[in-house]
Amino acid sequence: MRATTNIEPVKPEGVFVRLLAVLLAMLSRPSGRVGLILVAFHVVLAIVSPAIAPYDFKELSAQIILNAPSSEHWFGTDNLGRDVFTRTMLGGRQALLVTTVSTVLAITWGGFLGILLGLVGRRLDEILMRLVDAFLCLPWILVLLLIVVMVGSGPGVLILTLGFFYGIPVIRMARAATHDVVALDFVTAARARGESRSTIVWRELVPNVLDVLLVEGAMRWSWMLLAFSSLSFLGFGATPPTPDWGLMISNARSFMSFAPWAALAPVVALSSLIIGINLSADALAKVLGIDRAQKAPV
Amino acid sequence: MGDPLVQVKNLGIGFTSRAGLFLPILRNIDLAIGEGETIGLVGESGCGKSTLALAMMGYLKSGLRVLEGESQFHGRNVFDMDERALEDIRGGELALIPQNAGQSLTPTSRIGRQINESVKLHTRLAKEQRRERVIELLSQVRLPQPQELLNRYPHELSGGQQQRVAIAMALAGEPDVLLLDEPTTGLDVTTQAHILELLRDLATETGTAMVYVSHDLGAIARVSDRIAVMYAGEFVLEGSAHQVLKQPAHPYARGLLLSIPRLQEAVVPASMPGLPPSPGEAGQGCAFADRCPMAEQVCGDNRPVLEPTAMQELVRCHFHERVEQLPLPESPKRPDRSNLDELNNILRFDNVAISYAKPSIVDQILNRQPDVTPTVDKIDLTICRGETIGLVGESGSGKSTILRAIAGLLPPQSGTITYDKAESLNTSVGERGKDLLRSVQLIFQNPDASLNPRHTVAELLAQPLRLYFGLNGDKLRERSVTLLERVRLRADYLERLPSQLSGGEKQRVAVARAFAAEPKLVLCDEVTSALDVSVQAAVLHLLTQLQVDHGTTYIFVSHDLAVVRALADRVAVLYQGRLCEMGPSENVYRSPSHPYTEVLLGAVLEPDPDAELVLAAEDAVDLFPPAKGCPFHRRCPRHVGDICGNETPPWQPTEFGHAIRCHIPLGELRDMQYQSVTTH
Repeated sequence: MRATTNIEPVKPEGVFVRLLAVLLAMLSRPSGRVGLILVAFHVVLAIVSPAIAPYDFKELSAQIILNAPSSEHWFGTDNLGRDVFTRTMLGGRQALLVTTVSTVLAITWGGFLGILLGLVGRRLDEILMRLVDAFLCLPWILVLLLIVVMVGSGPGVLILTLGFFYGIPVIRMARAATHDVVALDFVTAARARGESRSTIVWRELVPNVLDVLLVEGAMRWSWMLLAFSSLSFLGFGATPPTPDWGLMISNARSFMSFAPWAALAPVVALSSLIIGINLSADALAKVLGIDRAQKAPV
Repeated sequence: MGDPLVQVKNLGIGFTSRAGLFLPILRNIDLAIGEGETIGLVGESGCGKSTLALAMMGYLKSGLRVLEGESQFHGRNVFDMDERALEDIRGGELALIPQNAGQSLTPTSRIGRQINESVKLHTRLAKEQRRERVIELLSQVRLPQPQELLNRYPHELSGGQQQRVAIAMALAGEPDVLLLDEPTTGLDVTTQAHILELLRDLATETGTAMVYVSHDLGAIARVSDRIAVMYAGEFVLEGSAHQVLKQPAHPYARGLLLSIPRLQEAVVPASMPGLPPSPGEAGQGCAFADRCPMAEQVCGDNRPVLEPTAMQELVRCHFHERVEQLPLPESPKRPDRSNLDELNNILRFDNVAISYAKPSIVDQILNRQPDVTPTVDKIDLTICRGETIGLVGESGSGKSTILRAIAGLLPPQSGTITYDKAESLNTSVGERGKDLLRSVQLIFQNPDASLNPRHTVAELLAQPLRLYFGLNGDKLRERSVTLLERVRLRADYLERLPSQLSGGEKQRVAVARAFAAEPKLVLCDEVTSALDVSVQAAVLHLLTQLQVDHGTTYIFVSHDLAVVRALADRVAVLYQGRLCEMGPSENVYRSPSHPYTEVLLGAVLEPDPDAELVLAAEDAVDLFPPAKGCPFHRRCPRHVGDICGNETPPWQPTEFGHAIRCHIPLGELRDMQYQSVTTH
């Protein structure tokens, strides 16, 4: 029995032990390393930026309108004379907060409902899935705009609406993943043994569906960031004078021909975060052995 | 014969591990394949067979690289060619047929178009001629009604038909060499036999050379002129098929051969202990020394070289002259079953029918059964306490459905199943008491699917122990260790995940989990068909031993008649969910037998170059059971007339409870079968 003797024994798995193992495995891949560093950079920056930002983000100055990058203002200034470097540092805070919370929300409710539908099946499944199809047909940005116009655009509203709409495709994913797992023999074995339904769900099913949900959550997060920035860009997300990348890009658009730095900085910041999340999601999928190409919805 | 088509010279392939060590996958491979020659590569999983076959077409899996040597095709080293040159020969002069043909066909494109594409790529025929060529190819692989088949999609074909289409596509470029990577693994016995016959005929008709990769010596024996046995990335034995199969000069080849169950004798085949070494683990000496019954000091120190024997074989063994004198390994004794008593039964089927059809709303309202022919019907069967009964049939014969009914996963539509003369098993799992649930346990075909990949072995074993006996803490652990010992695994396996176990070890854990419940009746659903032959033998040993120790009753489902022969006391043959033949295995494996049993027996592959297959019927299994008549009448080679299609045949008893369900009188049946044996 030589072939297996060199394998280290595995400790009974705790959530944290497993999380650590997954993180380490992700770090051993180039894509995961780059992705996680980018994400970590942005998260840390969002937390510490108020303390280290060189200027006040809302300090106006008529003398330094649209100044090119200099040693004083590294990324130049915008059309109101505000420091672009400061605003870029702070510009991810609201976006990250809103999208993180709504991602968790989307995965939780979408995942819960999806697993339930995948298990129960039959008529409830038929009806709710057609409803899901209907919701997926809606042009979500218009619906979001409608809600924002009607209810207002506080972070709470944004979190709830983004969380709701992005949870709908998660239902599909969770339901499909549940179907895959339920068909496997170990679930049949548990049923034949006479295990209770809750044991089957929590011990056999959820641990295997969770992987799919984790990867899905990472992907949703990056799409949600884009959605939030789009809303801000359109003037319905973050409200001035809050520094926000979408808002900054929208603001700087008119002066792009002669002051490109004002738009470039937030674009680079936003892109690097999204690329970071996508790379991490890829690495996560590979580490967990999930084929995203096959499971991506549409 | 001129120059060889493929010439592999001292080829070494390997990869660099994380630790920076170079680990070889193939070592010192020399091989020449001449025109029209068929060579079989055989060995357990992980011995480098597929790597070698793919290397012949210049393909290396990512991470692998060539360490030394070369592989020539028509005199050119494939590893020196650029992508363009390789593309030209691949698929054209050198074609590959993969294991899962169904997966290599594009599901959204019609058969005709797919083959047409290969023809277009590899020939210069005009459009009209191409169509003709496609039809010609389809008839060449003996697919019926090729015209009609052109417009079908892959999912509309059976597994065997898909494999034939894949072969037709490979033949499109009129290749000089065909590489076949386990082309029949996973197919039904009859289908496998047909495909192998087809390949053999194609080899003689077209003069194509073939490299046939398989872990199954039975399949290899059917098609190969020469056989190369691989172990740990080396050739350990190479010679003519006849010589290798009749008098293997290497202990590994001998062990492989002995581990194959035979039709002639009702014994559990000998198993080889241990596992092949992982890459880089082979060490200084002979790679097989650890598992070799005749290893000596020198075997661990010096790596033997390939040397010729008196019989023109090449063998890599220090003591190959002694192999023949090795004693036969002992087989475990099967419990004595001469006094089986149907009155002392553990399970009884009375006219049982099982259906997957769900009643529609109208049926539900009117409280009636849907009017469809049930999947499994008219099952009358009595299973004695302590015996092993084999359920045999091709896929779709309802074997697993019957097991599902016993396990309570799919309660029967009508009839009664009685457990232990008193308790009704017409209930679903939820309605059964804990004691009944505990008494009936199920072992699945594929341990990869039946063991939750997230649970350690400890957790897997704890589930039944907690559920049925309420064990926890030290007692639970103690009991788990005992269970592991019983399936011959060490206690430190408790902490492992299924992904850290080999295929055989996983199945042992699955067996241990079933026996954790201390069951009276164990349902084995194709438990060895996903395993290598050597591992299969070990699992069969284990099951026999456990039965001797615990007096358990087994219902053993398999499509492989030879495996059933090794284990079963009685055999029931099923076709389309209906019983065809039933009786002690001694009688079932002897003439007269039901025409369907005869077909199955004729298709069993034995590792004997002289054994002839008897292919009496088409390999296409009917898709649904007939509403009346004999279930087998549409395929039956001994069809006698309208009576077969209209009337359910009677049970004709022979002796010792053996009975055959056929319209042909037993005497005539016996004569017919006697004649066909003598003509072959």
